[in-house]
Amino acid sequence: MTNHWVDIKNADLIIIMGGNAAEAHPCGFKWVTEAKAHRGAKLVVVDPRFNRSAAVSDFYAPIRPGTDIAFLGGVINYLLSNNKIHEEYVKNYTNAPYLVREDFTFEEGLFSGYDADKRKYNRDTWDYALGTDGYVQIDESLQNPRCVFQLMMQHYSRYTPETVSQVCGTPKEAFLKVAEMIGETSRPDKVMTILYALGWTQHSTGSQNIRSMAMIQLLLGNIGRVGGGVNALRGHSNVQGITDMNLVSGVMPGYLRLAADEEQDFQGFLAKRALKPLRPNQMSYWQNFPKFWVSLAKTFYGNAATKENDFAYQWFPKYDKPYDVLQMFERMHNGEMNGFICQGFNPLAAVPCLQKVSAALSKLKYLVVIDPLSTETAEFWRDHGELNEVDASKIQTEVFRLPANCFVEETGSYTNSGRVLQWHWGAANGPGESKGDVEIIAGIFNKLRTMYKQDGGTFPDPILNLTWSYAIPDAPSPEELAQEFSGKALADVVDPKDPTKVLAKAGEQLASFAHLRDDGSTSSGNWLYCGSWSQAGNLMARRDTSDPSGLGFYPSWGFAWPANRRVLYNRANCDVAGKPWDPSRKTIAWNGSKWVGFDVPDMRPDAAPDEDVGPFIMHPDGVGHLFALKGMADGPFPEHYEPFETPLGVNPMHPKNPLVTSNPASRLFAYDKAQLGKADKFPYVATTYRLTEHYHYWTKNVLINSILQPSQFIEMDEELAKEKGIANGDTVKVTSNRGFIRAVAMVTKRLRTLDVDGKKVHTIGIPIHWGFIGVAKKGFLANRLTPFVGDATAHTPEFKAFLVNIEKA
Amino acid sequence: MALQSLDIKARSATTTPSPDVRAAGAIPVAKLIDISKCIGCKACQAACMEWNDLRDTIGENVGVYDNPADLSAESWTVMRFSEVEVEQGRLEWLIRKDGCMHCANPGCLKACPSPGAIVQYSNGIVDFHEENCIGCGYCITGCPFNIPRLSKKDNKAYKCTLCSDRVAVGLEPACVKTCPTGAIVFGSKVDMIHHAEGRITDLKERGFQNAGLYDPQGVGGTHVMYVLQHADQPQLYAGLPNDPSISPMVAIWKGITKPLMNFGLGMAVLAGLFHFVTQGPNEAKEEEEEKQ
Repeated sequence: MTNHWVDIKNADLIIIMGGNAAEAHPCGFKWVTEAKAHRGAKLVVVDPRFNRSAAVSDFYAPIRPGTDIAFLGGVINYLLSNNKIHEEYVKNYTNAPYLVREDFTFEEGLFSGYDADKRKYNRDTWDYALGTDGYVQIDESLQNPRCVFQLMMQHYSRYTPETVSQVCGTPKEAFLKVAEMIGETSRPDKVMTILYALGWTQHSTGSQNIRSMAMIQLLLGNIGRVGGGVNALRGHSNVQGITDMNLVSGVMPGYLRLAADEEQDFQGFLAKRALKPLRPNQMSYWQNFPKFWVSLAKTFYGNAATKENDFAYQWFPKYDKPYDVLQMFERMHNGEMNGFICQGFNPLAAVPCLQKVSAALSKLKYLVVIDPLSTETAEFWRDHGELNEVDASKIQTEVFRLPANCFVEETGSYTNSGRVLQWHWGAANGPGESKGDVEIIAGIFNKLRTMYKQDGGTFPDPILNLTWSYAIPDAPSPEELAQEFSGKALADVVDPKDPTKVLAKAGEQLASFAHLRDDGSTSSGNWLYCGSWSQAGNLMARRDTSDPSGLGFYPSWGFAWPANRRVLYNRANCDVAGKPWDPSRKTIAWNGSKWVGFDVPDMRPDAAPDEDVGPFIMHPDGVGHLFALKGMADGPFPEHYEPFETPLGVNPMHPKNPLVTSNPASRLFAYDKAQLGKADKFPYVATTYRLTEHYHYWTKNVLINSILQPSQFIEMDEELAKEKGIANGDTVKVTSNRGFIRAVAMVTKRLRTLDVDGKKVHTIGIPIHWGFIGVAKKGFLANRLTPFVGDATAHTPEFKAFLVNIEKA
Repeated sequence: MALQSLDIKARSATTTPSPDVRAAGAIPVAKLIDISKCIGCKACQAACMEWNDLRDTIGENVGVYDNPADLSAESWTVMRFSEVEVEQGRLEWLIRKDGCMHCANPGCLKACPSPGAIVQYSNGIVDFHEENCIGCGYCITGCPFNIPRLSKKDNKAYKCTLCSDRVAVGLEPACVKTCPTGAIVFGSKVDMIHHAEGRITDLKERGFQNAGLYDPQGVGGTHVMYVLQHADQPQLYAGLPNDPSISPMVAIWKGITKPLMNFGLGMAVLAGLFHFVTQGPNEAKEEEEEKQ
C-alpha cells in the first residue's frame, strides 16, 4: 500500500477492483465501512462476480475476467476526453510534459523493439528524449506530439465506452457511471482510493493492471494524498514482510536489485543502480544504492567484507534468468533440480497445473517440507483416489517433513499491507518436536557449513565467511535478527556537513537509513527497515494509540517503513507552493523554512517549494510515471491483451494480429503451450478465488472453518445452468485442457451472462480451498485446472482467467 | 437467581412473583444488526461457537453460502443469504444474521410448561435454562421466528443466550465483539434505536427510501433489532416475518388448555395417592433384585 489500512477511512470514493476486500480482508474492510459511515464515502465494486464487497457497495459493475486493462484504459480515455484530471498535479508531479524518443512506436498491438522469437522486447526506445544538458526535454504546454501526455491520449483514444463494453462485457451505462464517479475525484478536495489484490496480479497482464490504475490515480492527483494511493491488500499477515526481505529471487532485502551474470564489475554494478537525476534539483534517491548495498554486504559478511574485496561482491549470486516459481517448477519438471526445500508453501495446491507440479516433484531426489501441518505437497506421492491419482511405487522422491511452529507460537515482526512493522509475541509453545522456522534453517545452515569446512566443496567462501554471531548459533533469537536487519554503526558515523557531530557511535543501533554509509562503517540487513530497532529500542513493539492528526496515522504504533512514514509520496498531498490540497486532510506542509506536519515528510526537509524537487523521490526525474520507461517487460503503456485462454480467440483490440492475442512478452514454456485449451472445447471462462470462511489450504484443517464452509462448490450463472440442465446443488464436473474437478454447483444471480463482442460469455467461479488433507470434506485442488503461464514482468501465474467446460456429473 | 447481577423478570410456568428489591433495575439492552454493513463473513458464527463451546457437524454445501444450513442445538446463529432484485436490474445480496430476537413478549417463555426452563432477565434477555428443560418442544411452537432447536443428544432446547453470561459482567456478546465491520452493535435499547436512526438517514441518502428499523411490536418489540434497507419488505431477508406475533395456539394453551391440564395433573396425583393408600408401595420381589 502506498497508504495504510486506517487511511482508507479518509477516502471519498473507494474502488474495489481486482480484489474482494470484504471477502478476503474482512478486518481491514472495517475502514471502508468507517469511510462510508463518517465521510459519506461511496463504494464501487467492479468484479466478474457480485461478491461480498458488492453486497455492501453503492454501485457494482460486472466485468469479464482478464479485461481490466480495457476497462481502465476506458477510464483513462474518459478522464482525458472529459478533462477530468487534476491539471496542476499532472503538469507538475507526473511525466506528462516529458518528451519521448522519436523512435518509440506502438503499432498493431506491439511496442517498438519486439523480438517474436524470444517473446521479448528490446526496451531501448522506451525512453525520454534527452537534451544536450543530459536532462529530459519537457513541454509544459502538453501540446508537443511527442510528450507523454499526447502519446497517452493517442494510445487510449481507442478505448471508447463502446469498445470497453465490447471487450469487457460491462454494460456501457455501468461503465460510464463508474468512470463518472472516478472522474469526480479529480477535484483537489476529493480523493479516491483503490483496493486490489490477487484479482489483478494473477493475470498474464497482472503488473499492467496495477499500472493502469496507478496512471488513473496520477491523472486524478490522488497519489500521496490522504485517503488516496494505490493499495495492494496483501494476502497474509506478513507477506509484505517476506517481499521486503527478498521473497522475489531477483532482489536482495530492501529491493536491491541483484547482479546479472554479465555484471562482474562491482563499480559498474553500483553505478547502474545509483541513478543520476534526469531533471535539475531532483533527489533521485537511488543514488544512495551503494550505501544500502554495502551496509547489506557488511551484515552478510562482517569483517570479511572489505573495500579491497569489493565488500564481498563476488560472494553474492548473479542471475542468468529470473527464478520465479514457474521457472523453478519448469526446471524441476525438466529434471534439472535434485532437491527442493519447501518452507511454509504448498506448491501442489498453489502452483498452477497440478499435473505438471506433481510430475516435477516426482523427479526430485529429495523434498524437504517445513510446515506446521501436513500438506498436499508433503503427500503428493500418496494415492488419494481420483483426488490424487498417483502410483507411489513409481515415485522415488524422498520426503522429509520438519514440523515447524505455527505463527502464534513464534515471536518476531509482522509487516502488514500498510508497511507497518508490528512486533508480536509467541502465545504458546509449539507441540511435540516442532521448532521455529529460524531454528530449523539455522540448524541446516550450520550442518552445511561444518560439511564445507570438513570436506571442502565448490566455492565454499560465501558459506564459510557468512557472519553468524548469534548467542546460540543453532537458534538465533528474533531480537538478534531484528537488530541485525535494522542496522548498526560499525565505526562512529558522523554528520557529513559537520564532522565533529557524531550521529551514531560505533556499536550503536542506527536511527535511520540516512545514516548508512558506503565505506563499510555501517551494517543494515534491510535499509527500508533501518531504524525499526534504534537506540530507543524496539520501535516495532510500540503500542501508543495517540493520533495527533485525527486522520488515523498513529505515528507511535509500531514502525512503518520507510522512516516511519505512513503515507508515501506525501509531498504530493500539497500543491506546488507546499500547501495541502485539502486543509481538512493535512499531513505535511512547507512552513517557510522546512517541511513539517503529522507524517514524516517524503522530501528533503529543507527543500523549498521553488526548488522544484519532485515528490516521487525514488525516480530520477522526481515525478510519477504515466509512461513507465523501461520498467515493465511488456510496454510503457498498458495495453489490453486477452488471457492466454481466451473465449474470443482473438484480441478485439487487434483482431488482425495473432501475435498480440495474448501478452506478447509473457514467457510460455513449450510443454505448457501444448496444454492450453481453446474455446471450441472449453467454451466457458473460469476464475479462481478465495472465501472469507477459509484461508488458502490451511483452514481446512480447522474444525470451525470447516463447519462454516464444509465442502467444495463452484458458482455459475442461471442462464448457463438452465442451458446445461444443472440445478442448484447438483454435482458437476468442470474440465480444462489440464484436468477436472467435481463439485457442487451453486447456481446464482451473482454471476451473469455477459455480452462480449456479440458473443455470450459465461463465467464459472471456482473457490480454491479444498484438497485431500484436512478435516473439511475432501475435495479437488482447483489448480488441476489452471494454466502454467504468468505475467510478463512479475511471472505471477494466470489463475484468474482460463477456459473450462462444465457438465452435470 | 441464575446470575448474581441479573434479576429474573419472568419465569416459565411459575406463579411466584419475580424479585423486585433492587432499586435501579436493569437497563433494557439490545443488539442492533445493521444488514447494510454486514459482509456475511461469519465471524459472529465462529465467535458464538468459541464462546459457547459449540461445534456443529461438518455438513455439506447444498448450493448456498448458508453453512451450517440451519440453526441447530449447536449453531445458535447462522447467516442467511438472499439474492433479490428489488429494483429491476439491481441485484442485492442481503445477508441476515439469524438467531433469537429476544422478544419483550417471548412466545417461548409463555408456551413453556416447565418451571424455570425459560427465563427473562430484567434487562430483556430471554434465556433457556436447559437443566429445567423437559424437551417438549413447545417453545418452538411458541416462537414466531422459528429459533429454538431440540438437541438430539440430550433432548433439550437451545438457542442464543445473547451471551447473558458476558452481559451480566459488563461485556458485549461475543458476536458483537468480533464483528469486523461494526455491523453488530450492542448497548441500551434506547441508544441502539438512536444509533439506528443515524444509519437509516445514511441509507435513505444512498437511495434506500424504505430503510428502517425492525423492532416488531407484535411481540412487544425485540432486544435484537435489525436495520433493514427495505424495512417495508422484511420477508426479503430470508423470510423475516413481516408482522410477527405469538401463535394463537400458545394463547389457547395458556388460556383454556392449561387449567384443564392442571386439573388433569391434579387428578393424576390424587389417583396415585389413592393407589398408594389402597395398594401400598410397590415392592420388588427378591428374585428380581438378585437378577439385577
